[in-house]
Amino acid sequence: MKEGKATSQAILECLYNNINRIDSKVKAYVRLGPAATPTEPASAGPLCGIPVSFKDNICTEGLATECCSRILRGFRPPYDATVARKLKAAGALIFGIKTNMDEFAFGSSTENSFLGATRNPWDLERVPGGSSGGSAAAVAANEAIFALGSDTGGSIRQPASFCGVVGMKPTYGRVSRLGLIAFASSLDQIGPIAKDVRDAALLMNVIAGYDPCDSTSVDTGVPDYTRALVNDIKGMKIGMPREYFVEGIDPEVKSIVEESINKLRELGADCREVSLPHTEYAVPVYYIIATAEASSNLARFDGVQYGLRVGDKGGSGGLLDMYCRTRAEGFGQEAKRRIILGTFVLSHGYYDAYYLRALKVRTLIKLDFDKVFEGFDCIVTPTSPTAAFKLGEKVEDPLKMYLSDIYTISANLAGIPAMSIPCGFTKNGLPVGLQLLARPFAEETLFRAAYSYEQNTPWHKIRPKINSGNG
Amino acid sequence: MYEAVIGLEVHLQLATRTKAFCSCSTEFGKAPNSQVCQVCLGFPGALPVLNRTALDLAIKVGLALNCSAQEHTKFDRKNYFYPDLPKNYQISQYDLPLARNGFLDICLEDNSKRIGIRRVHLEEDAGKLIHRSDKSLVDFNRAGIPLLEIVSEPDINSPEEAHEYLRELKKILEYLEVSDCDMEKGSLRCDANISLRKKGTKALGVKSELKNMNSFKAVREALGFEITRQSQMLAAGEALAQETRLWDEKKGETFPMRTKEEAQDYRYFPEPDLPLFVIDKDKIAAIKSTIPALPREMMRRLEEYGLSRYESGILADFKQDAGFAGRCFDIYPHKNKKPLTNFLIGPLLSEANSRGCMMSELGITPEGLIELLSLLDEGKISNLVAKAALSEMIETKKPAAEIIAKKNLMQISDTAELEGIIKDVIKENQKSADDFRSGKGGALMFLVGQVMKKTAGKANPKAVQGILKERLKE
Repeated sequence: MKEGKATSQAILECLYNNINRIDSKVKAYVRLGPAATPTEPASAGPLCGIPVSFKDNICTEGLATECCSRILRGFRPPYDATVARKLKAAGALIFGIKTNMDEFAFGSSTENSFLGATRNPWDLERVPGGSSGGSAAAVAANEAIFALGSDTGGSIRQPASFCGVVGMKPTYGRVSRLGLIAFASSLDQIGPIAKDVRDAALLMNVIAGYDPCDSTSVDTGVPDYTRALVNDIKGMKIGMPREYFVEGIDPEVKSIVEESINKLRELGADCREVSLPHTEYAVPVYYIIATAEASSNLARFDGVQYGLRVGDKGGSGGLLDMYCRTRAEGFGQEAKRRIILGTFVLSHGYYDAYYLRALKVRTLIKLDFDKVFEGFDCIVTPTSPTAAFKLGEKVEDPLKMYLSDIYTISANLAGIPAMSIPCGFTKNGLPVGLQLLARPFAEETLFRAAYSYEQNTPWHKIRPKINSGNG
Repeated sequence: MYEAVIGLEVHLQLATRTKAFCSCSTEFGKAPNSQVCQVCLGFPGALPVLNRTALDLAIKVGLALNCSAQEHTKFDRKNYFYPDLPKNYQISQYDLPLARNGFLDICLEDNSKRIGIRRVHLEEDAGKLIHRSDKSLVDFNRAGIPLLEIVSEPDINSPEEAHEYLRELKKILEYLEVSDCDMEKGSLRCDANISLRKKGTKALGVKSELKNMNSFKAVREALGFEITRQSQMLAAGEALAQETRLWDEKKGETFPMRTKEEAQDYRYFPEPDLPLFVIDKDKIAAIKSTIPALPREMMRRLEEYGLSRYESGILADFKQDAGFAGRCFDIYPHKNKKPLTNFLIGPLLSEANSRGCMMSELGITPEGLIELLSLLDEGKISNLVAKAALSEMIETKKPAAEIIAKKNLMQISDTAELEGIIKDVIKENQKSADDFRSGKGGALMFLVGQVMKKTAGKANPKAVQGILKERLKE
């Protein structure tokens, strides 16, 4: 843009054209919000004039933010999330408000949206992953330059993998959670979804940093992540956890990931097998901790102050009736399932057996990573055991759906940064993602490894073709 | 036959300028919902940030109650649905309260008793429901105000002890200046747990939790009622239910609100939006150094001036008064402090009471008061004049000597001057003079009174008496 080869106006026109052409099929956006006004880059702000799309759980002042839930219909936050404030200050245009998601980020396919499912731009019969499926699909389909997602157990990385784009979950505490409508407060992080590693670094440069208004954010300096974009990983020590390459993984995905690890070797990385022995407990631990926190975080949606209220007029049931009807009609199936599960694990008599024990195992999982990182710079794994699955394929079987996040969940439990980058395609032409993990606040290591891989592979340049015709 | 086992839970709003987890004002009495933001309204995406002043004040209370301050403290969520609770969970403290294992000594009739303090923890207050005939409204101004919970051990054995515990606790809290302790405004609230057991036994009986008591007196009465109710039931062989009961002030009785079966499961778990707080030894020492001498210590100091426990107790009720009295005693030149004591808990205290303020707030300096008292001690003014001059000093802020000189209130001890007046009084009251001469001693006081009246209270009564007796012999 500085060279005059692109303008804010041209970028916006291109995006709106693409959206008009294909979003009726992809359904990446649930709302577009007011049209963004182009700002031509003068000197102001590193992202001046560049549009950024927002997941529907990140608050923007005065603009609907509904978590794709009926219970938050019409909710307009009176304030901006810290990331929105920072992006505005960096000159970015708040665009496409907002992208589709599983209700309250509960899901791995974006099918749990009250506003309908998003389709995978590579195959409209398939899911884009989730819960940030709208953001990932929008970026993949060129309906967005880049987008913000949130990641509690893989919700940025898994859809990035399914849609063939780059997605990063930063270290817990790296990006302010203020204004992110909480799913599980101790696991949630906002992160970038972008077409390539450089774009992700540019977005991270703006959104990362200490926020005194988020007590869980960490007061440590933010490097210029673009300086980590160095095409050189000679001697980098990369661990391959053996627990991630066993049963449950699709053989095709496995061989694609193994090929990419060979590529990393070719580039000079020292890749060796390592062990993360508590991996098998990650999914159960996650579903205890995440649902416990969610059951409490979602208690505020009660019809009293904002959002949906059912049964306050003329009903004889009073307060309890209003609570019950509002929540019964306002929450979807999966939200109810998680609230009930979370309420159960925190209940008197069960707390020690479930929640407390889960916290202990969480510490063991974190210690596994600490140990590996004593001798390794990063860890490489598949992002998801399969490529994008078909719509409806897992929606009736929550356990199957939960296993889609089996490789991504541990990073949230351990609080470490993790990234998914495109690493090839299946025979069906579906993208496969490679996950990189590093020690806390070592996002630069991830950027360096990812950039080197990207510079030496063609995957990020391949874009889906979507027929704009009917049918 | 039965012994009451009582534990008290006191909730105290801390006098911070802003709320516990956001920067909204805590000022009382503002328009409903005018002091709220996304944090205290529990809006989606909002996050709490701990008010460090609230934490410091809370630790200060813990230390003043002889608790060991914990070096690690954390917050937990207490989950329950209620429309005055914006998030439907309260940020509170569960297993790591910021202070625990303290005690408080209370004065009983002829000895003192030590009541254990189990824990002191910090939490956020809820909003306030306002019920109309056809609807209920919520005011969230109060939501998020820092609230301290002080839980006693069940060491209290009578309503009177409970009352004294609350009085003593309130006194300490006022000394610490951590709260206005105003029960009417709800900045201090008290719940009580009470059960009975046969005297001499150890096992605890079935308890009831009493709520809705709006004064210390109500706490005493509600406990008294419960003791009667529970002992009657036990005597009749009936089983008590563990339940929460509300005090009905008008009826003077408690009635059940919910039973144990209906008790809520609060599903406490660590508040993930707040980190673990480390309070190091230096911090604890720094807070400790801000704790002033407390009521007991002030009483002890006052007793060193020769005051009785009753007298020192009165003066030590409030820190400002105790300090004021202490400074007065320090500069009072006489060894016998009784005249000063009497003046403080007499005229000065009644002036303060009638004006609804502290003695120290009357605008009288210790030096000014001692000047006035010296005039009294030296016989230059009468008690009556001293009282009048005190009122005048409070009104005009002028020094005692000036007031007395200006109004010519100096006591008349001059014999020559008094002789003349007494002569007149005898002349005018011949009958009384005769009565005295014929042996009716009481008549003398009448004549003294007449002299006082004539001199507008300025005559020295002792001198008058002496002269009168002399003259009446003639």
